[in-house]
Amino acid sequence: MADAADNKRDDGSPPRPDPPGYFEGESMTRRKAFTVAAQALGGVAGAAVVLPAVGFALAPVLDEEETIWQPIGAAGDFDPESYKPAIITIVQDIGETGKTTAYVRRGNPEFDEAPDEFIAVSNRCAHAGCPVRFVEAAGNFICPCHGGVYDFQGKVIGGPPVRPLDRFQTRVQNGQVEVGPRYSVTSQLDPVRARDPGEFTGGIWEYIYPPRPSVPPPP
Amino acid sequence: MRFPQALIPTPLRRPPAPGEKAPGDGGGPIDRAKDAPADMVGWVDERTGATGFVTGMLFRKVPKGTNWFYTLGSATLFAFVIQAITGVFLAMYYTPSPTEAYDSVTHLTNDVFLGEFVRGMHKWGATVMIILIFLHMSRTFFFGAYKYPRELNWVIGVVLLILTLVMGLTGYLLPFDQRSYWATVVANNITATGPVVGPYLADFLRAGPEVGATTVQRFYAIHMLLVPGLIIALIGAHLYLVVKLGTTAPPWLRGETKPKSLRTEEV
Repeated sequence: MADAADNKRDDGSPPRPDPPGYFEGESMTRRKAFTVAAQALGGVAGAAVVLPAVGFALAPVLDEEETIWQPIGAAGDFDPESYKPAIITIVQDIGETGKTTAYVRRGNPEFDEAPDEFIAVSNRCAHAGCPVRFVEAAGNFICPCHGGVYDFQGKVIGGPPVRPLDRFQTRVQNGQVEVGPRYSVTSQLDPVRARDPGEFTGGIWEYIYPPRPSVPPPP
Repeated sequence: MRFPQALIPTPLRRPPAPGEKAPGDGGGPIDRAKDAPADMVGWVDERTGATGFVTGMLFRKVPKGTNWFYTLGSATLFAFVIQAITGVFLAMYYTPSPTEAYDSVTHLTNDVFLGEFVRGMHKWGATVMIILIFLHMSRTFFFGAYKYPRELNWVIGVVLLILTLVMGLTGYLLPFDQRSYWATVVANNITATGPVVGPYLADFLRAGPEVGATTVQRFYAIHMLLVPGLIIALIGAHLYLVVKLGTTAPPWLRGETKPKSLRTEEV
């Protein structure tokens, strides 16, 4: 007989009989055990469907980016005083959509850059990702969308952008300048891992806007 | 039972009640044909009990002072139905791929018979739907119809508004012209500026670090499968609550206090 209090009825009629399968000292009724077991099984079955689906949708976040080096011209084509635009492909096999522009120049001793290095500045505005254009006459990069202005080095001198223009890694192979993966810079032009536009870089912002796990480290 | 018996499989036929004529007995064939629609409804109703639900929904009591402003919700629903129908037909010609999307949209607009019209309905209908939602929302707000016990319906309505805006955002990319491409780039980058989770959310939307091969498919799937499903489910809940709780009288009508409805309690 279970605890008398469990089986007592409010209306004072005789106590309920013990449920089938009751034994002395049980901690859980048979009905309760089956309810818990059925719900646990249902949970496992649900998770078996939902988790793969979520992983399937999230997988691209963790995809390793392929490092592609693209030749953009002979080393002698570039000079330290002005930029030359180069069309590069950042996503393969999707035609025009996968292309972007890098503005490339030779290192300028005026900015503490070695004359044999090459600076490739991305045309992706650091505000909302619109394409900026290098305006020769002003020596500035100007964004058509919201009026962001960057100086010759790509530092912000006006408008809403939150950090200087991104850059691409460069190297010289067999006399050809090659452009590699993208990286972002802090306001002091220190390289950091690539971030999306609109995200601050440097200091605490490195934690508030974590980089994509698969992004290659900066040079 | 005057429903054309030939159409009902034998096991489903209702046996005649005691005293009732056997099927096919009474009236000429013309009489029976006249009764066919009513019998057909009766046949369904007998098995589903649907008429109670339908009459309860369509013939419910409305308060005095109900006016044209109360039609804005139905108008929004109608706009959604138009979006759903035109969307289904647009999907028959659309190719969600970065290299073919633009061409398929130009093809369906310029070459397909009435394509420009159907696409125009979908494009302008989207704007109309957003406008109607805000008018409907204003009506609810200014008439005080969001108050107890209808707060949950307001919450559901706000979720529906957000989902409709998501539809606008994801649908904007699909023509894949310069405007939609750059609008989506900017929208994704705004998403990415959310602290901590922003960058991952943007990666999820774009399916990678850049607008790439599967971004259009992803937006297309969200636009035509995920969000419409949620919207339909929530519209169902929204309407259920409207029917269950009834509508409110406009605020300029004073409540009538019938003496009968007052009672005194002795303490």
